[in-house]
Amino acid sequence: MSGSADVTRRWTDWLFGLDALLMLTGGVVALLAWDVRVSILLGVWLGAWVLNHGLSLIGGRWAMRLVPVIFGLTVLALWQLVVDMFAVPSVILPGPLAIAARFGSSLDVLWADFVQTFVKGALSGYVMGCSAAVLTAIAVDRSLFLQRGLLPVGNFIAALPIVGIAPILVMWFGFDWQSKAAVVVVMVFFPMLVNTVAGLRATDAMQRDLMATYSASYWQGLFKLRLPAAMPFMFNGLKIATTLAMIGAIVAEFFGSPTQGMGFRISTEVGRLGLDMVWSEIAVAAVAGSAFYGVVAMIEKGVTFWHPSQRGR
Amino acid sequence: MKSFAPVLVVVGVIVALWYAAAVGMNAQWERDQAARAGSEIGWAEIVPKAMHQERPVLPAPHQVVAEFWKLTWGEEVAGRRGIVQSGSLSNRGLVLHAWVTLSATMLGFVIGSGFGILLAVGIVHNRAMDASVMPWAIASQTIPIVAIAPMIIVVLNSVGVAGLVPKAIIAAYLSFFPVVVGMVKGLRSPDGMQLDLLRTYNASAAQGLWKLRLPASMPYLFASLKVGVAASFVGTIVAELPLGGAGLGTRLLAGSYYGQTIQIWATLVVASLLAAGMVGVVGLVQSRVLARMGMAA
Repeated sequence: MSGSADVTRRWTDWLFGLDALLMLTGGVVALLAWDVRVSILLGVWLGAWVLNHGLSLIGGRWAMRLVPVIFGLTVLALWQLVVDMFAVPSVILPGPLAIAARFGSSLDVLWADFVQTFVKGALSGYVMGCSAAVLTAIAVDRSLFLQRGLLPVGNFIAALPIVGIAPILVMWFGFDWQSKAAVVVVMVFFPMLVNTVAGLRATDAMQRDLMATYSASYWQGLFKLRLPAAMPFMFNGLKIATTLAMIGAIVAEFFGSPTQGMGFRISTEVGRLGLDMVWSEIAVAAVAGSAFYGVVAMIEKGVTFWHPSQRGR
Repeated sequence: MKSFAPVLVVVGVIVALWYAAAVGMNAQWERDQAARAGSEIGWAEIVPKAMHQERPVLPAPHQVVAEFWKLTWGEEVAGRRGIVQSGSLSNRGLVLHAWVTLSATMLGFVIGSGFGILLAVGIVHNRAMDASVMPWAIASQTIPIVAIAPMIIVVLNSVGVAGLVPKAIIAAYLSFFPVVVGMVKGLRSPDGMQLDLLRTYNASAAQGLWKLRLPASMPYLFASLKVGVAASFVGTIVAELPLGGAGLGTRLLAGSYYGQTIQIWATLVVASLLAAGMVGVVGLVQSRVLARMGMAA
C-alpha cells in the first residue's frame, strides 16, 4: 500500500508542482494586466495550499485534523476578502463577518425558528415516521410474500421526489407544525422501512437454528437475535432520515407556515433582501443538520459496537 | 419474476387503501352539501359522488390518471395550444413543464457528476486535497442543501443569471457530493495486492488510474450516480418553487395556491415517472457496462 502511495505521490508532486508554477505565473500576469486584488486572493490561496501540502506530508493525527480546519478558514477568508475588495453589495453576498454579526444580534429569532422547524416539525415527524416504519417492518417480516412485494415498491417510492406532496399535506393539516411533521413522516418512512426489512433478514440460518434449539419463542428470537442484528441496517436508515427530515420540514414551510420557522424566515428575508439573515438561518440549518446526524452516529457507535464497521477505528 | 405477484398485490392494496381514504376524506364535503340542501344522504350516495368531486381533498386514482392523460396527450393532441395545432408544446399541459425540469436536471447532473469524478481523482492522488476536502464533502451530506435552493435561485436571479442555468447549478451541486464520496470509495477499492502488481509492472500513476482504479470504481460510480440523479431532480423541483415561469415545481406551487388538488397529483405522477425513468436509465447503463466488463452482479 505504502509502495504504491510513493509512486502516486511522486507523480502528483510533479503535477501539482507544475500546477503551482502555472498558478504563480498566472498570478503575475493578472497582477500586471488586471488587478492587485486578484493577486492578493491568489496569494492567500497559494499560501494556505502550501501550508496544507506541508502539513499533509508531515502526517500525524493533529496535522490531519488541522488541514480541513485551515481549508475551511481559507475559504471563509477568501469569501470575506472578495466581498471587501470588490465591494460586493450585501444584497447579493454578505461577508462572513456581517453574517456573524447578524447571527449574534438576532439569537432570539433564530432560536424561535429553530424550535418551530426543528423540534416541533422535523424531530416529532422523525420519531413518528421511524417508529411507524420499524413497527411496519416487524409486521411485514413474518410474511415472505409481503416482503417480496413491499421491498421493490418501497425502494421505488424511496427514489421518488416525495417533497412534492408537501403542498397537499399543508392543505390537509394546516399551516402549523403538524403539516411539517406529516411531510417528514412520509419522507422518512420508506427509507427506514426498506432498511429495517433488509436488516431483519440479516441473520443467517445457523444463528436462527441456535435460537430454535434454545426453543426460543418468536418474540425472544426477535428481541435477542434479529433486532440486534438489524441494528447496523436500521442506523443506516436513521442516518439517511436525519437529512430527509430537515429538508422536509424546511421545504414544507415554503408552502405555508405560521410567522416563524426556518423556511418561512428564509423565504421572507429573501423578499426583504436581508441576505445576512438568510445566511444565518442557513448556518443554523447546517449546524442543526450536522449535529442531528452526529448524535445518531454516536448512538450507533454505542449500540453497534460489535459490528466490523465500528471496530478498528 | 418471483416477486411479480407479490408486488402486484401490494400495489393493489395501496390503490384500494387510496380509494377508501379518498371516499373517507371527501365524504364530509358531500354531507355538508346535502345538509345545505336540507337533506340527508347515506353512504350509498356518498361513495360514488366522493369519487368524482371537482376539488376533492384527496382525488381518487382514476381522477388523477384522467387528469394526467388530459394534461399530457389530450392537451398536446387536441388542445388549441398543443403541439399538433400550434407547433409548440402547450404551457397548460405538463409535457412542457416536465421538459423544462428534465433539461435543467440533466444539465446539472452531467456537470455535477463530471466535476465530482474529477475531484475524486484529485483526492485519491493528492493527500493535501484528501485531508482538506474530504471532511467537508462528508459533512455537507448531513446539511439540508435542498432547503436552501430557492434562496440561491433568487440571489442568482437578482444578479441577472436566470433561466436554465441557476436550476442546473443547484442540480449540479446536489449530484456533486454523492458522486465525490462514492467515487473516492471506488477509486480506493483496489486492494494492496492489485496495487502491488501494478508496481511490479512499473506502471505510472496515470496507468494505474486508467487500467486499475477507474475500472474498479465502476460499481461505486453507478450506485452514487443513481443517488445523484434522484437528488438533483428533487433539487431542481424545489429550486423552481420561487421562480414562476415553467417547470414542475412551479406547477406544484400554482396548484397549491388555487386548490387544484387533482392537478397537483397529476404533476406528482409526472415527477415520479421522470424520477423512476432517470434512475432506470442509469440502472440500464449500469447493467450493460458491468456486463461488458464482466462484473455483472
